[in-house]
Amino acid sequence: MLKQVEGSHAVAEAVALCRPEVISAYPITPQTHIVEDLGSIVKAGGIENCQFMLVESEFGALSACIGSSAAGARSYTATSSQGMLFMMEAVYNASGMGLPIVMTVGNRAIGAPINIWNDWGDSMSARDSGWLQLFAETNQEAVDVHIQAFKLAEELSMPVMVCMDGFILTHAYERVDIPEQSQVDEFLPPFQPRQVLDPVAPLSMGAMVGPEAFTEVRYLAHHKQLQALELISKQAAEFKAIFGRDSGGLIKSFEAEGAETVVITMGSVIGTMKEVLSRMRDDGISIGALTIRSYRPFPSEALREALKDAKRVIVFEKSLAVGMGGIVSMNIRMALQHLPIRVHSVIGGLGGRPITRANLRRMFDKGVKDQLEEPHFHDINIDVVDRELEREKAERRSGSIAENILHDVGVVAAAKAI
Amino acid sequence: MTQISETKQKVKFYQTGTLTAGNRLLEEGHRSVQATVDRSNSLDCGHRACQGCGEALGARFAIDAAMRATNNQLIAANATGCLEVFTTPYPETAWSIPWIHSLFGNAPAVASGIAAAMKAKGRDDVRVIAQGGDGGTTDIGFGCLSGMFDRNDDVLYICYNNEAYMNTGVQRSSATPGAARTATTMPVGPEPGNDFATGKSVPLIAMAHQIPYVATASVHDLHDLEHKVSKAMSFHGARYIEISVPCPLGWGSKPGDTIKIARLAVQTGMFPLFEAENGDVTGVTKIRQHQPVGEYLKLQRRFAHVFKKENEDQLQALQAIADRNIKRFNLLPSGGEEE
Repeated sequence: MLKQVEGSHAVAEAVALCRPEVISAYPITPQTHIVEDLGSIVKAGGIENCQFMLVESEFGALSACIGSSAAGARSYTATSSQGMLFMMEAVYNASGMGLPIVMTVGNRAIGAPINIWNDWGDSMSARDSGWLQLFAETNQEAVDVHIQAFKLAEELSMPVMVCMDGFILTHAYERVDIPEQSQVDEFLPPFQPRQVLDPVAPLSMGAMVGPEAFTEVRYLAHHKQLQALELISKQAAEFKAIFGRDSGGLIKSFEAEGAETVVITMGSVIGTMKEVLSRMRDDGISIGALTIRSYRPFPSEALREALKDAKRVIVFEKSLAVGMGGIVSMNIRMALQHLPIRVHSVIGGLGGRPITRANLRRMFDKGVKDQLEEPHFHDINIDVVDRELEREKAERRSGSIAENILHDVGVVAAAKAI
Repeated sequence: MTQISETKQKVKFYQTGTLTAGNRLLEEGHRSVQATVDRSNSLDCGHRACQGCGEALGARFAIDAAMRATNNQLIAANATGCLEVFTTPYPETAWSIPWIHSLFGNAPAVASGIAAAMKAKGRDDVRVIAQGGDGGTTDIGFGCLSGMFDRNDDVLYICYNNEAYMNTGVQRSSATPGAARTATTMPVGPEPGNDFATGKSVPLIAMAHQIPYVATASVHDLHDLEHKVSKAMSFHGARYIEISVPCPLGWGSKPGDTIKIARLAVQTGMFPLFEAENGDVTGVTKIRQHQPVGEYLKLQRRFAHVFKKENEDQLQALQAIADRNIKRFNLLPSGGEEE
């Protein structure tokens, strides 16, 4: 059914359609509206036989899901930012034990400095945890990918994160086609766990493994991710057959075929980019784009195939490996290492910095001429940075970098004036 | 047939000085679950606990009692710690019940999740236990434990309290008593051992959550322990039992003294036995033979320094703690008078 709804509400409806049996909830911006709406749905009797748990922390939220999933219940939670870090021990534990939990990540920056706005710092901090990470472009895709995520998780017996840009998607009202219950039931069978805590057939889960077997256990975790590469494409096709929509998959092309320059990104920012790239093509520039829908597993083969005619790629990412550079671009360089393709790494949109058509166009114009420094910090005000470095040189006790920069750019002065 | 050599092992037919009745003197219904042929052996033989481990004993009796109380419909979540490590090096397991270990600090939340799953599936017959040592309970798992109490989730949490982080090599926890030697509170300097006026009582904190049932128990009185576990399983909602489990390795005691030391902890007032329902104390186990704390402490090398002349004040401080417990819980028979 077509609805004009907030992204979070659409996701809550999609999760409800998947008939979760246990939902644990802890508030953190910007995922709060999702669990709030699920709470209302459960309280109103909108999900049969579902327990909604109000837990004391994100660590408790995911730990409760570990228990409920191990006991054979379809389990769901959501988090963002600091919440992801607070539950990190359980994040690794859930995947290590092969528990098919689905978790929405309303992508948000990680502090300090504390910042509630969007970037991918939270998901990236868990990129090596063994969870699958699927990124949504639109709220429609967020809805669709959640439905696919439960099926994927349960077939592989691995947990899945559905990553959606905080605020940009979670708080945006747009037209979303909410599927029918009958469609979801046709696509997603009831949960049949590979291992379950049951007094009828007692087993011990989560016991100790020493050096004699740890390598093989870890290898199999990697192998499951490789299996997922096939399964993600297969399920996207199954999804299309029932729901009539292309959603999910490994990568998606936006006129990347045959383009000299291909922009690669993830999440919602492609929406703005598409317009810029279309105008650049009108100006006679050979440029297209690809989005990575599945960041874990990383679709190296699919990328190589899609980029076989490209001369250069510009990776645009809202994430930074401090002391190294772009995280997604490192993965792409690894995937393309034997191809004669130049890779530019662009880091932008950190902590919610607006990404506009104008600043993208300026950056792309440099990129197609190979004039971007490595890595390129998109829309950075380097004068502000230089002035802070000067202050640090001039004075030992130069104070908080974050506060100094806010003073410098005038935000603090402006706030005082109000 | 193998003959046990008398020179190697002196067979004792009667326990002496235990103050507990032997099974054969009890009616069948009151006998320990361990005395029945249908005991569940939830924590079976072959595990790797140390000789004289109080925790292994406590866990075996507690879980078997819970199994009997639930008609064997039990699932357990275990915190990281000695109990987890000595029972489950894959591919071996000493557990014959459905059992899960996730992390050090999340056993209460994992158990809450299992309980929620059972509720969602309409499996009202299946009950859930979480268990851990004092470190996993009073320190790193405390947030999740309080959350489980707060939500009144249908879980019995059992803390096996041996008063330090034994699995990592005997470091201080918030259940370590004053003066006690641990690897992080060594008996050196002017105030040797653990600081006084630190630590917390999780049974009292549990009571402050107004949960249906809280109890303390000891491995020296296994009938009482079984009774409290069975009683706990007659309630729904969050329940907490803390069991005093001496640790020969960490306490510096003889493995053969575990029961004796556990008994002395109770008889001195150092470990009061009580029950509480909905936040109010409903019963205490009176001390039958009141002993000075020195009798308890002298069997443990972790307290050896308190018997030095210059540390007399520490011995007095420990006696004061015991006296305070006795007064607070009214542990002496007939209103404070000793028998």
